[in-house]
Amino acid sequence: MPTAARYELKLGMATREAFGKALVELGRANPNVVVLDADLSKSTYTAGFAKEFPGRFFECGIAEANMMAIGAGLASAGKIPFASSFSAFALNKGFEQLRVTAAFPSVNLKVVGTHSGISIGEDGPSQMSIEDLSLACSLAGFTVLCPADEVAMTKLVAAAAEHIGPLFIRAGRSKAAIVYRPEQEFTIGRAVELQEGADVTLIATGLLVAESLRAAEALEAEGISARVLDLHTIKPLDRDAIARAARETGAIVVAEEHLVDGGLGVRVAQVVAQTHPAAMEFVGIRNTYAESGTPDELLDKYGLRSRDVAAAARRALERKR
Amino acid sequence: MKKSNDPAELAAIARRMRRDVIEMITEARSGHPGGSLSAAEIVVTLFFDVMRHEPANPKWKDRDRFLLSKGHCCPVLYAVMAECGYCPKDRLNTLRKLGSMYQGHPDVRFLPALEASTGSLGQGLSLGIGMALAARLDQSPSRTYVVLGDGEIQEGQIWEAAMFGSYHRLDNIVAIVDYNGIQLDGFVKDIMDLEPLVEKWRSFGWHTIELNGHDIPALQKAFAEAATVKGKPTVIVAHTIKGKGVSFMENNPKFHGVAPTREEAARALQELA
Repeated sequence: MPTAARYELKLGMATREAFGKALVELGRANPNVVVLDADLSKSTYTAGFAKEFPGRFFECGIAEANMMAIGAGLASAGKIPFASSFSAFALNKGFEQLRVTAAFPSVNLKVVGTHSGISIGEDGPSQMSIEDLSLACSLAGFTVLCPADEVAMTKLVAAAAEHIGPLFIRAGRSKAAIVYRPEQEFTIGRAVELQEGADVTLIATGLLVAESLRAAEALEAEGISARVLDLHTIKPLDRDAIARAARETGAIVVAEEHLVDGGLGVRVAQVVAQTHPAAMEFVGIRNTYAESGTPDELLDKYGLRSRDVAAAARRALERKR
Repeated sequence: MKKSNDPAELAAIARRMRRDVIEMITEARSGHPGGSLSAAEIVVTLFFDVMRHEPANPKWKDRDRFLLSKGHCCPVLYAVMAECGYCPKDRLNTLRKLGSMYQGHPDVRFLPALEASTGSLGQGLSLGIGMALAARLDQSPSRTYVVLGDGEIQEGQIWEAAMFGSYHRLDNIVAIVDYNGIQLDGFVKDIMDLEPLVEKWRSFGWHTIELNGHDIPALQKAFAEAATVKGKPTVIVAHTIKGKGVSFMENNPKFHGVAPTREEAARALQELA
Protein backbone atom coordinates (compact mmCIF):
# COMPACT_ATOMS: atom_id res chain seq x y z
CA MET A 1 0.00 0.00 0.00
CA PRO A 2 1.43 3.39 -0.96
CA THR A 3 2.19 5.64 1.97
CA ALA A 4 2.64 9.36 2.40
CA ALA A 5 6.38 8.94 2.69
CA ARG A 6 6.43 8.15 -1.02
CA TYR A 7 5.86 11.81 -1.75
CA GLU A 8 8.91 14.00 -1.54
CA LEU A 9 6.90 17.09 -2.34
CA LYS A 10 9.88 19.05 -3.58
CA LEU A 11 9.10 22.59 -4.59
CA GLY A 12 8.61 22.85 -8.36
CA MET A 13 7.55 25.68 -10.61
CA ALA A 14 4.34 27.63 -10.19
CA THR A 15 1.41 26.20 -12.11
CA ARG A 16 1.16 29.49 -14.04
CA GLU A 17 4.68 28.92 -15.33
CA ALA A 18 3.89 25.34 -16.28
CA PHE A 19 0.84 26.67 -18.11
CA GLY A 20 3.00 29.09 -20.10
CA LYS A 21 5.42 26.34 -21.09
CA ALA A 22 2.62 23.96 -22.02
CA LEU A 23 1.05 26.66 -24.14
CA VAL A 24 4.20 27.01 -26.24
CA GLU A 25 4.24 23.25 -26.82
CA LEU A 26 0.60 23.42 -27.81
CA GLY A 27 1.34 26.29 -30.18
CA ARG A 28 3.99 24.19 -31.91
CA ALA A 29 1.69 21.21 -32.22
CA ASN A 30 -1.49 22.95 -33.28
CA PRO A 31 -1.62 26.03 -35.53
CA ASN A 32 -5.22 26.65 -34.49
CA VAL A 33 -4.21 27.53 -30.94
CA VAL A 34 -4.31 31.29 -30.35
CA VAL A 35 -3.74 33.21 -27.13
CA LEU A 36 -5.23 36.38 -25.70
CA ASP A 37 -4.00 38.30 -22.70
CA ALA A 38 -4.95 41.54 -20.97
CA ASP A 39 -1.63 43.22 -20.20
CA LEU A 40 -0.47 40.51 -17.82
CA SER A 41 1.43 38.22 -20.18
CA LYS A 42 4.63 38.42 -18.15
CA SER A 43 2.72 37.35 -15.04
CA THR A 44 0.45 34.76 -16.63
CA TYR A 45 3.42 33.41 -18.62
CA THR A 46 1.66 33.73 -21.94
CA ALA A 47 4.62 35.92 -22.96
CA GLY A 48 6.50 32.80 -24.09
CA PHE A 49 3.76 32.00 -26.58
CA ALA A 50 3.64 35.65 -27.66
CA LYS A 51 7.36 35.59 -28.38
CA GLU A 52 7.29 32.42 -30.42
CA PHE A 53 3.97 33.01 -32.17
CA PRO A 54 3.44 36.78 -32.36
CA GLY A 55 0.84 36.40 -35.11
CA ARG A 56 -1.30 34.16 -32.95
CA PHE A 57 -1.08 36.23 -29.79
CA PHE A 58 -3.54 39.05 -29.21
CA GLU A 59 -2.79 41.71 -26.66
CA CYS A 60 -6.16 43.05 -25.54
CA GLY A 61 -4.97 45.71 -23.15
CA ILE A 62 -6.61 46.03 -19.77
CA ALA A 63 -10.06 45.09 -21.00
CA GLU A 64 -11.00 41.61 -19.86
CA ALA A 65 -14.66 41.74 -20.86
CA ASN A 66 -13.72 42.57 -24.43
CA MET A 67 -11.03 39.87 -24.39
CA MET A 68 -13.47 37.13 -23.41
CA ALA A 69 -15.95 37.99 -26.15
CA ILE A 70 -13.18 38.31 -28.75
CA GLY A 71 -12.01 34.88 -27.63
CA ALA A 72 -15.51 33.56 -28.13
CA GLY A 73 -15.56 35.07 -31.62
CA LEU A 74 -12.25 33.41 -32.47
CA ALA A 75 -13.57 30.10 -31.16
CA SER A 76 -16.76 30.46 -33.20
CA ALA A 77 -14.59 30.84 -36.26
CA GLY A 78 -12.72 27.60 -35.57
CA LYS A 79 -9.73 28.69 -33.51
CA ILE A 80 -8.75 27.24 -30.13
CA PRO A 81 -8.30 30.38 -28.05
CA PHE A 82 -6.73 30.47 -24.61
CA ALA A 83 -7.66 33.75 -22.88
CA SER A 84 -5.60 34.46 -19.82
CA SER A 85 -5.52 36.94 -16.99
CA PHE A 86 -5.44 36.87 -13.23
CA SER A 87 -8.36 34.75 -12.13
CA ALA A 88 -9.80 37.65 -10.18
CA PHE A 89 -10.16 39.65 -13.39
CA ALA A 90 -10.74 36.89 -15.93
CA LEU A 91 -13.84 35.65 -14.15
CA ASN A 92 -15.11 38.67 -12.27
CA LYS A 93 -14.67 41.18 -15.08
CA GLY A 94 -15.33 38.75 -17.87
CA PHE A 95 -18.12 36.79 -16.25
CA GLU A 96 -21.08 38.09 -18.14
CA GLN A 97 -19.21 37.74 -21.42
CA LEU A 98 -18.30 34.18 -20.51
CA ARG A 99 -21.91 33.45 -19.72
CA VAL A 100 -23.44 34.87 -22.87
CA THR A 101 -20.73 34.46 -25.51
CA ALA A 102 -19.07 31.23 -24.35
CA ALA A 103 -21.17 29.15 -21.97
CA PHE A 104 -24.64 29.59 -23.37
CA PRO A 105 -23.76 28.92 -27.03
CA SER A 106 -21.14 26.34 -25.86
CA VAL A 107 -18.18 27.87 -27.61
CA ASN A 108 -14.73 26.26 -27.56
CA LEU A 109 -13.05 28.97 -25.46
CA LYS A 110 -10.38 28.14 -22.88
CA VAL A 111 -10.00 30.56 -19.99
CA VAL A 112 -6.95 30.41 -17.77
CA GLY A 113 -6.97 32.33 -14.51
CA THR A 114 -3.62 32.66 -12.80
CA HIS A 115 -2.90 34.15 -9.37
CA SER A 116 -5.77 32.20 -7.86
CA GLY A 117 -6.28 31.84 -4.15
CA ILE A 118 -4.51 33.78 -1.43
CA SER A 119 -1.04 32.35 -2.00
CA ILE A 120 -0.30 35.19 -4.42
CA GLY A 121 0.92 36.97 -1.30
CA GLU A 122 1.83 40.62 -1.00
CA ASP A 123 -0.46 42.08 -3.68
CA GLY A 124 -3.42 41.57 -1.39
CA PRO A 125 -7.08 40.71 -1.71
CA SER A 126 -8.08 42.80 -4.74
CA GLN A 127 -5.81 40.53 -6.80
CA MET A 128 -6.72 37.30 -5.02
CA SER A 129 -9.37 35.11 -6.52
CA ILE A 130 -11.15 33.12 -3.86
CA GLU A 131 -14.44 32.69 -5.70
CA ASP A 132 -13.29 31.69 -9.19
CA LEU A 133 -14.17 28.01 -8.89
CA SER A 134 -17.64 28.90 -7.74
CA LEU A 135 -18.14 31.35 -10.59
CA ALA A 136 -16.70 29.02 -13.22
CA CYS A 137 -18.85 26.11 -12.01
CA SER A 138 -21.93 28.29 -12.26
CA LEU A 139 -21.38 28.61 -16.02
CA ALA A 140 -23.49 25.81 -17.47
CA GLY A 141 -21.49 23.52 -19.71
CA PHE A 142 -18.10 24.75 -18.53
CA THR A 143 -15.41 22.25 -17.57
CA VAL A 144 -13.37 23.47 -14.60
CA LEU A 145 -9.83 22.32 -13.86
CA CYS A 146 -7.49 23.06 -10.96
CA PRO A 147 -4.13 21.33 -11.39
CA ALA A 148 -2.04 20.67 -8.28
CA ASP A 149 1.45 20.94 -9.73
CA GLU A 150 3.49 21.46 -12.88
CA VAL A 151 2.99 17.91 -14.11
CA ALA A 152 -0.78 18.10 -13.74
CA MET A 153 -0.87 21.53 -15.38
CA THR A 154 1.20 20.42 -18.35
CA LYS A 155 -0.96 17.37 -18.99
CA LEU A 156 -4.24 19.14 -18.35
CA VAL A 157 -3.45 22.06 -20.66
CA ALA A 158 -2.95 19.50 -23.42
CA ALA A 159 -6.19 17.78 -22.44
CA ALA A 160 -7.98 21.14 -22.42
CA ALA A 161 -6.95 21.81 -26.01
CA GLU A 162 -8.30 18.41 -27.05
CA HIS A 163 -11.54 18.90 -25.13
CA ILE A 164 -14.32 20.50 -27.17
CA GLY A 165 -16.29 23.09 -25.22
CA PRO A 166 -15.76 25.99 -22.84
CA LEU A 167 -13.26 25.34 -20.09
CA PHE A 168 -11.57 27.12 -17.20
CA ILE A 169 -8.16 26.32 -15.75
CA ARG A 170 -7.11 27.67 -12.37
CA ALA A 171 -3.43 28.41 -11.87
CA GLY A 172 -1.40 29.75 -8.97
CA ARG A 173 1.33 32.33 -8.58
CA SER A 174 3.64 30.71 -6.06
CA LYS A 175 5.84 27.69 -6.58
CA ALA A 176 3.94 24.47 -6.08
CA ALA A 177 5.21 21.26 -4.51
CA ILE A 178 5.64 18.51 -7.07
CA VAL A 179 3.11 15.77 -6.42
CA TYR A 180 3.31 13.76 -9.63
CA ARG A 181 5.91 11.86 -11.54
CA PRO A 182 6.29 13.09 -15.11
CA GLU A 183 4.65 9.95 -16.53
CA GLN A 184 1.37 10.43 -14.61
CA GLU A 185 -1.66 10.50 -16.91
CA PHE A 186 -4.74 12.62 -16.32
CA THR A 187 -8.25 12.30 -17.63
CA ILE A 188 -10.61 15.25 -17.36
CA GLY A 189 -13.34 14.29 -14.91
CA ARG A 190 -11.43 11.48 -13.23
CA ALA A 191 -9.91 12.00 -9.78
CA VAL A 192 -6.44 10.68 -9.00
CA GLU A 193 -6.15 8.53 -5.91
CA LEU A 194 -2.77 9.53 -4.51
CA GLN A 195 -2.95 7.35 -1.48
CA GLU A 196 -5.18 4.53 -0.35
CA GLY A 197 -6.81 4.77 3.03
CA ALA A 198 -9.69 3.29 4.99
CA ASP A 199 -10.58 5.67 7.85
CA VAL A 200 -11.06 9.04 6.21
CA THR A 201 -10.72 10.57 2.74
CA LEU A 202 -8.94 13.85 2.12
CA ILE A 203 -10.29 15.35 -1.07
CA ALA A 204 -8.20 18.26 -2.26
CA THR A 205 -7.47 20.45 -5.25
CA GLY A 206 -4.64 22.79 -6.23
CA LEU A 207 -2.06 23.62 -3.56
CA LEU A 208 -4.08 21.78 -0.92
CA VAL A 209 -3.27 18.44 -2.55
CA ALA A 210 0.31 18.57 -1.26
CA GLU A 211 -0.93 19.83 2.11
CA SER A 212 -3.34 16.90 2.26
CA LEU A 213 -0.56 14.41 1.51
CA ARG A 214 1.42 15.91 4.39
CA ALA A 215 -1.69 15.71 6.57
CA ALA A 216 -2.13 12.04 5.63
CA GLU A 217 1.44 11.38 6.75
CA ALA A 218 0.76 13.05 10.11
CA LEU A 219 -2.49 11.10 10.52
CA GLU A 220 -0.73 7.87 9.69
CA ALA A 221 1.62 8.48 12.60
CA GLU A 222 -1.49 8.56 14.79
CA GLY A 223 -2.72 5.30 13.32
CA ILE A 224 -5.30 6.92 11.08
CA SER A 225 -5.40 5.66 7.53
CA ALA A 226 -6.28 8.53 5.20
CA ARG A 227 -7.14 8.19 1.55
CA VAL A 228 -6.07 11.17 -0.56
CA LEU A 229 -7.86 12.14 -3.75
CA ASP A 230 -6.76 14.91 -6.10
CA LEU A 231 -9.84 16.41 -7.70
CA HIS A 232 -8.07 18.28 -10.48
CA THR A 233 -11.43 18.42 -12.25
CA ILE A 234 -13.90 20.47 -10.24
CA LYS A 235 -16.55 20.09 -12.92
CA PRO A 236 -17.65 17.58 -13.99
CA LEU A 237 -16.99 15.90 -10.65
CA ASP A 238 -15.77 12.32 -10.41
CA ARG A 239 -18.96 11.18 -8.69
CA ASP A 240 -17.85 7.55 -8.54
CA ALA A 241 -14.62 8.30 -6.70
CA ILE A 242 -16.47 10.54 -4.24
CA ALA A 243 -19.27 8.05 -3.63
CA ARG A 244 -16.75 5.26 -3.16
CA ALA A 245 -14.77 7.36 -0.68
CA ALA A 246 -17.93 8.15 1.26
CA ARG A 247 -19.02 4.53 1.32
CA GLU A 248 -15.63 3.03 2.10
CA THR A 249 -14.22 5.56 4.56
CA GLY A 250 -17.38 7.21 5.97
CA ALA A 251 -15.57 10.49 6.68
CA ILE A 252 -14.49 13.15 4.22
CA VAL A 253 -12.48 16.35 4.38
CA VAL A 254 -12.52 18.68 1.38
CA ALA A 255 -9.63 21.15 1.20
CA GLU A 256 -9.26 24.04 -1.22
CA GLU A 257 -7.69 27.47 -1.49
CA HIS A 258 -11.09 29.02 -2.08
CA LEU A 259 -14.08 30.30 -0.16
CA VAL A 260 -15.84 27.37 1.48
CA ASP A 261 -19.04 28.90 0.13
CA GLY A 262 -19.55 27.57 -3.35
CA GLY A 263 -16.25 25.85 -4.05
CA LEU A 264 -15.24 22.21 -4.36
CA GLY A 265 -16.47 21.40 -0.85
CA VAL A 266 -20.10 22.14 -1.44
CA ARG A 267 -19.99 20.33 -4.75
CA VAL A 268 -18.54 17.23 -3.14
CA ALA A 269 -21.08 17.48 -0.32
CA GLN A 270 -23.87 17.40 -2.88
CA VAL A 271 -22.59 14.10 -4.24
CA VAL A 272 -22.05 12.66 -0.76
CA ALA A 273 -25.56 13.67 0.29
CA GLN A 274 -27.02 12.04 -2.81
CA THR A 275 -24.99 8.83 -2.65
CA HIS A 276 -23.71 7.85 0.76
CA PRO A 277 -24.07 10.45 3.55
CA ALA A 278 -20.87 10.68 5.57
CA ALA A 279 -19.29 12.97 8.16
CA MET A 280 -17.76 15.91 6.31
CA GLU A 281 -15.43 18.78 7.15
CA PHE A 282 -14.29 21.66 5.00
CA VAL A 283 -10.95 23.43 4.82
CA GLY A 284 -11.03 26.72 2.97
CA ILE A 285 -11.42 30.45 3.38
CA ARG A 286 -14.31 31.40 5.60
CA ASN A 287 -16.45 34.36 4.63
CA THR A 288 -13.62 36.86 4.48
CA TYR A 289 -11.00 38.41 2.22
CA ALA A 290 -7.34 37.94 3.03
CA GLU A 291 -4.59 40.57 3.20
CA SER A 292 -1.01 41.28 2.21
CA GLY A 293 1.70 38.96 3.50
CA THR A 294 4.01 36.25 2.30
CA PRO A 295 2.27 33.23 0.81
CA ASP A 296 3.39 31.10 3.75
CA GLU A 297 2.14 33.60 6.31
CA LEU A 298 -1.20 33.80 4.55
CA LEU A 299 -1.67 30.05 4.22
CA ASP A 300 -0.87 29.75 7.93
CA LYS A 301 -3.15 32.55 9.04
CA TYR A 302 -6.12 31.54 6.92
CA GLY A 303 -5.95 27.89 7.87
CA LEU A 304 -4.87 26.23 4.65
CA ARG A 305 -2.06 24.04 5.95
CA SER A 306 -1.60 20.33 6.45
CA ARG A 307 -2.27 20.77 10.18
CA ASP A 308 -5.64 22.33 9.33
CA VAL A 309 -6.47 19.41 7.06
CA ALA A 310 -5.40 16.91 9.74
CA ALA A 311 -7.44 18.68 12.41
CA ALA A 312 -10.46 18.63 10.12
CA ALA A 313 -9.94 14.90 9.59
CA ARG A 314 -9.92 14.29 13.33
CA ARG A 315 -13.16 16.27 13.68
CA ALA A 316 -14.79 14.28 10.92
CA LEU A 317 -13.62 11.03 12.48
CA GLU A 318 -15.17 12.00 15.81
CA ARG A 319 -18.53 12.36 14.14
CA LYS A 320 -18.21 9.23 12.03
CA ARG A 321 -20.44 6.33 13.14
CA MET B 1 -31.88 32.92 -52.87
CA LYS B 2 -31.80 35.57 -55.55
CA LYS B 3 -29.46 38.44 -54.84
CA SER B 4 -30.05 41.90 -56.22
CA ASN B 5 -28.33 45.25 -56.34
CA ASP B 6 -31.42 47.03 -57.57
CA PRO B 7 -32.46 49.53 -54.89
CA ALA B 8 -36.12 49.29 -55.86
CA GLU B 9 -36.07 45.53 -55.52
CA LEU B 10 -34.25 45.74 -52.19
CA ALA B 11 -36.76 48.32 -50.97
CA ALA B 12 -39.59 45.95 -51.89
CA ILE B 13 -37.92 43.17 -49.90
CA ALA B 14 -37.47 45.50 -46.91
CA ARG B 15 -41.17 46.30 -47.08
CA ARG B 16 -42.05 42.61 -47.04
CA MET B 17 -39.68 42.07 -44.12
CA ARG B 18 -41.47 44.81 -42.20
CA ARG B 19 -44.75 43.01 -42.75
CA ASP B 20 -43.19 39.79 -41.48
CA VAL B 21 -41.87 41.61 -38.42
CA ILE B 22 -45.31 42.99 -37.56
CA GLU B 23 -46.99 39.63 -38.08
CA MET B 24 -44.40 37.74 -36.02
CA ILE B 25 -44.42 40.11 -33.08
CA THR B 26 -48.18 40.37 -33.08
CA GLU B 27 -48.51 36.61 -33.01
CA ALA B 28 -45.90 36.39 -30.24
CA ARG B 29 -47.70 39.14 -28.28
CA SER B 30 -44.33 40.50 -27.21
CA GLY B 31 -41.12 41.64 -28.83
CA HIS B 32 -39.36 44.71 -30.13
CA PRO B 33 -40.93 46.14 -33.28
CA GLY B 34 -39.34 49.61 -33.31
CA GLY B 35 -35.72 48.60 -33.73
CA SER B 36 -36.57 45.79 -36.13
CA LEU B 37 -38.30 48.25 -38.42
CA SER B 38 -35.48 50.81 -38.21
CA ALA B 39 -32.87 48.24 -39.26
CA ALA B 40 -34.77 46.72 -42.20
CA GLU B 41 -32.87 48.41 -45.07
CA ILE B 42 -29.51 47.79 -43.37
CA VAL B 43 -30.12 44.08 -42.91
CA VAL B 44 -31.75 43.58 -46.32
CA THR B 45 -28.97 45.43 -48.18
CA LEU B 46 -26.35 43.31 -46.45
CA PHE B 47 -28.01 39.93 -47.00
CA PHE B 48 -29.42 40.50 -50.47
CA ASP B 49 -26.66 42.56 -52.01
CA VAL B 50 -23.44 43.08 -50.08
CA MET B 51 -22.56 39.90 -48.23
CA ARG B 52 -20.95 36.80 -49.71
CA HIS B 53 -22.91 33.95 -48.22
CA GLU B 54 -24.65 30.75 -49.25
CA PRO B 55 -27.83 29.81 -47.39
CA ALA B 56 -27.46 26.24 -48.66
CA ASN B 57 -23.99 26.08 -47.11
CA PRO B 58 -24.32 28.19 -43.95
CA LYS B 59 -20.97 27.12 -42.50
CA TRP B 60 -18.96 27.89 -45.63
CA LYS B 61 -15.62 28.89 -44.16
CA ASP B 62 -15.06 32.01 -46.23
CA ARG B 63 -18.57 33.42 -45.85
CA ASP B 64 -19.13 36.96 -44.71
CA ARG B 65 -20.52 37.07 -41.20
CA PHE B 66 -23.43 39.03 -39.82
CA LEU B 67 -23.95 39.72 -36.14
CA LEU B 68 -27.02 41.39 -34.71
CA SER B 69 -25.49 42.76 -31.56
CA LYS B 70 -28.79 44.39 -30.68
CA GLY B 71 -30.26 40.94 -30.40
CA HIS B 72 -33.70 42.06 -29.29
CA CYS B 73 -34.36 43.16 -32.87
CA CYS B 74 -34.08 39.55 -34.09
CA PRO B 75 -37.48 39.50 -35.82
CA VAL B 76 -36.04 41.42 -38.76
CA LEU B 77 -33.02 39.08 -38.85
CA TYR B 78 -35.23 35.98 -38.74
CA ALA B 79 -37.45 37.37 -41.48
CA VAL B 80 -34.45 38.11 -43.70
CA MET B 81 -32.77 34.77 -43.00
CA ALA B 82 -36.01 32.99 -43.82
CA GLU B 83 -36.37 34.99 -47.01
CA CYS B 84 -32.81 33.95 -47.93
CA GLY B 85 -33.66 30.30 -47.31
CA TYR B 86 -31.71 29.68 -44.10
CA CYS B 87 -34.81 28.69 -42.20
CA PRO B 88 -38.50 28.12 -42.86
CA LYS B 89 -40.72 31.11 -43.50
CA ASP B 90 -43.85 29.25 -42.51
CA ARG B 91 -42.61 28.96 -38.95
CA LEU B 92 -41.79 32.64 -38.41
CA ASN B 93 -45.01 32.91 -36.45
CA THR B 94 -43.57 30.57 -33.81
CA LEU B 95 -41.40 33.49 -32.64
CA ARG B 96 -40.83 33.36 -28.87
CA LYS B 97 -42.71 30.07 -28.48
CA LEU B 98 -41.34 27.10 -26.57
CA GLY B 99 -38.87 25.15 -28.68
CA SER B 100 -39.00 27.54 -31.61
CA MET B 101 -35.87 28.14 -33.66
CA TYR B 102 -37.00 31.76 -33.52
CA GLN B 103 -36.14 32.43 -29.88
CA GLY B 104 -36.80 35.76 -28.17
CA HIS B 105 -33.16 36.68 -28.69
CA PRO B 106 -30.88 35.00 -31.26
CA ASP B 107 -29.80 31.60 -29.99
CA VAL B 108 -27.42 29.42 -32.01
CA ARG B 109 -28.60 26.33 -30.18
CA PHE B 110 -31.98 26.65 -31.88
CA LEU B 111 -30.88 28.27 -35.14
CA PRO B 112 -27.34 27.12 -35.94
CA ALA B 113 -27.16 29.30 -39.07
CA LEU B 114 -26.81 32.30 -36.77
CA GLU B 115 -23.24 33.44 -36.20
CA ALA B 116 -23.76 34.06 -32.48
CA SER B 117 -26.18 34.15 -29.63
CA THR B 118 -26.75 37.77 -28.75
CA GLY B 119 -29.07 39.65 -26.47
CA SER B 120 -26.88 40.91 -23.69
CA LEU B 121 -26.02 44.29 -25.13
CA GLY B 122 -22.49 45.44 -25.80
CA GLN B 123 -20.92 42.15 -26.80
CA GLY B 124 -21.45 41.77 -30.54
CA LEU B 125 -18.62 44.01 -31.65
CA SER B 126 -16.09 42.03 -29.60
CA LEU B 127 -17.46 38.77 -31.00
CA GLY B 128 -17.25 40.17 -34.52
CA ILE B 129 -13.67 41.27 -33.92
CA GLY B 130 -12.80 37.73 -32.88
CA MET B 131 -14.27 36.42 -36.13
CA ALA B 132 -12.47 39.10 -38.15
CA LEU B 133 -9.17 38.20 -36.46
CA ALA B 134 -9.71 34.55 -37.33
CA ALA B 135 -10.41 35.49 -40.96
CA ARG B 136 -7.21 37.52 -41.08
CA LEU B 137 -5.18 34.63 -39.61
CA ASP B 138 -6.68 32.29 -42.19
CA GLN B 139 -6.09 34.80 -44.99
CA SER B 140 -9.78 34.47 -45.75
CA PRO B 141 -11.64 37.15 -47.71
CA SER B 142 -14.45 36.89 -45.14
CA ARG B 143 -15.77 40.23 -43.86
CA THR B 144 -17.76 40.71 -40.69
CA TYR B 145 -20.73 43.05 -40.28
CA VAL B 146 -22.04 43.96 -36.85
CA VAL B 147 -25.27 45.90 -36.32
CA LEU B 148 -25.23 47.85 -33.06
CA GLY B 149 -28.07 49.59 -31.34
CA ASP B 150 -27.57 53.22 -30.43
CA GLY B 151 -28.53 52.72 -26.80
CA GLU B 152 -26.31 49.66 -26.82
CA ILE B 153 -23.16 51.66 -27.38
CA GLN B 154 -23.58 53.17 -23.94
CA GLU B 155 -21.98 49.89 -22.85
CA GLY B 156 -18.29 50.32 -22.09
CA GLN B 157 -17.34 47.08 -23.80
CA ILE B 158 -18.22 48.63 -27.17
CA TRP B 159 -15.45 51.16 -26.68
CA GLU B 160 -13.01 48.50 -25.51
CA ALA B 161 -13.76 46.73 -28.77
CA ALA B 162 -13.50 49.98 -30.74
CA MET B 163 -9.99 50.55 -29.34
CA PHE B 164 -9.00 47.00 -30.14
CA GLY B 165 -10.32 47.13 -33.71
CA SER B 166 -8.34 50.20 -34.71
CA TYR B 167 -5.21 49.30 -32.74
CA HIS B 168 -5.09 45.91 -34.45
CA ARG B 169 -5.78 47.57 -37.83
CA LEU B 170 -8.73 45.32 -38.60
CA ASP B 171 -10.09 46.40 -41.97
CA ASN B 172 -12.35 43.39 -42.52
CA ILE B 173 -15.02 44.45 -40.04
CA VAL B 174 -17.80 47.01 -40.38
CA ALA B 175 -19.96 48.22 -37.52
CA ILE B 176 -23.31 49.76 -38.33
CA VAL B 177 -24.96 51.88 -35.65
CA ASP B 178 -28.73 51.84 -36.06
CA TYR B 179 -29.09 55.38 -34.77
CA ASN B 180 -32.85 55.53 -34.30
CA GLY B 181 -32.60 57.73 -31.23
CA ILE B 182 -34.83 55.69 -28.94
CA GLN B 183 -34.09 53.16 -26.24
CA LEU B 184 -36.32 51.42 -23.74
CA ASP B 185 -36.73 54.25 -21.25
CA GLY B 186 -37.13 56.99 -23.86
CA PHE B 187 -35.05 59.12 -26.22
CA VAL B 188 -31.34 58.34 -26.24
CA LYS B 189 -30.48 62.03 -25.92
CA ASP B 190 -32.46 62.17 -22.68
CA ILE B 191 -31.00 59.01 -21.20
CA MET B 192 -27.31 59.10 -22.07
CA ASP B 193 -26.62 61.27 -25.05
CA LEU B 194 -24.12 59.78 -27.53
CA GLU B 195 -23.19 62.99 -29.30
CA PRO B 196 -20.86 63.79 -30.89
CA LEU B 197 -21.11 60.19 -32.03
CA VAL B 198 -19.22 60.28 -35.33
CA GLU B 199 -16.40 62.21 -33.66
CA LYS B 200 -16.23 59.59 -30.93
CA TRP B 201 -15.72 56.78 -33.42
CA ARG B 202 -13.24 58.85 -35.44
CA SER B 203 -11.23 59.60 -32.32
CA PHE B 204 -11.17 55.86 -31.63
CA GLY B 205 -9.45 55.39 -34.97
CA TRP B 206 -12.33 54.17 -37.11
CA HIS B 207 -13.14 55.22 -40.64
CA THR B 208 -16.57 56.83 -40.33
CA ILE B 209 -19.45 57.15 -42.73
CA GLU B 210 -22.67 58.92 -41.78
CA LEU B 211 -25.81 58.33 -43.78
CA ASN B 212 -29.57 57.89 -43.82
CA GLY B 213 -30.04 54.24 -42.87
CA HIS B 214 -33.17 53.90 -44.99
CA ASP B 215 -31.37 55.10 -48.16
CA ILE B 216 -30.43 51.87 -49.90
CA PRO B 217 -28.12 53.39 -52.55
CA ALA B 218 -26.30 55.27 -49.78
CA LEU B 219 -25.90 52.02 -47.83
CA GLN B 220 -24.61 50.21 -50.93
CA LYS B 221 -22.10 52.97 -51.55
CA ALA B 222 -21.00 52.98 -47.90
CA PHE B 223 -20.41 49.21 -47.79
CA ALA B 224 -18.42 49.46 -51.03
CA GLU B 225 -16.37 52.31 -49.57
CA ALA B 226 -15.73 50.31 -46.37
CA ALA B 227 -14.36 47.44 -48.47
CA THR B 228 -11.70 49.76 -49.91
CA VAL B 229 -10.50 51.14 -46.56
CA LYS B 230 -7.18 49.59 -45.56
CA GLY B 231 -5.65 49.38 -42.10
CA LYS B 232 -8.65 50.50 -40.08
CA PRO B 233 -12.18 49.37 -39.36
CA THR B 234 -15.22 51.23 -40.62
CA VAL B 235 -18.29 52.34 -38.74
CA ILE B 236 -21.45 53.45 -40.48
CA VAL B 237 -23.52 55.75 -38.34
CA ALA B 238 -26.92 55.17 -39.88
CA HIS B 239 -29.57 57.71 -38.97
CA THR B 240 -32.83 55.83 -38.91
CA ILE B 241 -36.38 56.20 -37.71
CA LYS B 242 -37.50 53.89 -34.96
CA GLY B 243 -40.64 52.09 -36.13
CA LYS B 244 -39.98 53.15 -39.74
CA GLY B 245 -42.81 52.35 -42.12
CA VAL B 246 -45.67 52.33 -39.63
CA SER B 247 -46.95 55.85 -38.98
CA PHE B 248 -48.01 55.38 -35.38
CA MET B 249 -44.85 53.50 -34.46
CA GLU B 250 -42.45 55.97 -36.02
CA ASN B 251 -40.35 57.80 -33.46
CA ASN B 252 -42.61 56.46 -30.72
CA PRO B 253 -40.74 55.11 -27.67
CA LYS B 254 -43.77 52.98 -26.78
CA PHE B 255 -42.96 50.61 -29.63
CA HIS B 256 -39.41 49.92 -28.55
CA GLY B 257 -40.49 46.79 -26.76
CA VAL B 258 -44.24 46.41 -26.97
CA ALA B 259 -46.16 44.29 -29.45
CA PRO B 260 -48.96 45.90 -31.41
CA THR B 261 -52.52 44.86 -30.65
CA ARG B 262 -54.35 42.91 -33.38
CA GLU B 263 -56.08 46.12 -34.42
CA GLU B 264 -52.83 48.08 -34.50
CA ALA B 265 -51.22 45.27 -36.45
CA ALA B 266 -53.98 45.35 -39.03
CA ARG B 267 -53.46 49.08 -39.51
CA ALA B 268 -49.69 48.59 -39.71
CA LEU B 269 -50.03 45.88 -42.35
CA GLN B 270 -52.35 48.10 -44.33
CA GLU B 271 -49.75 50.86 -44.32
CA LEU B 272 -47.10 48.37 -45.38
CA ALA B 273 -49.24 46.78 -48.11
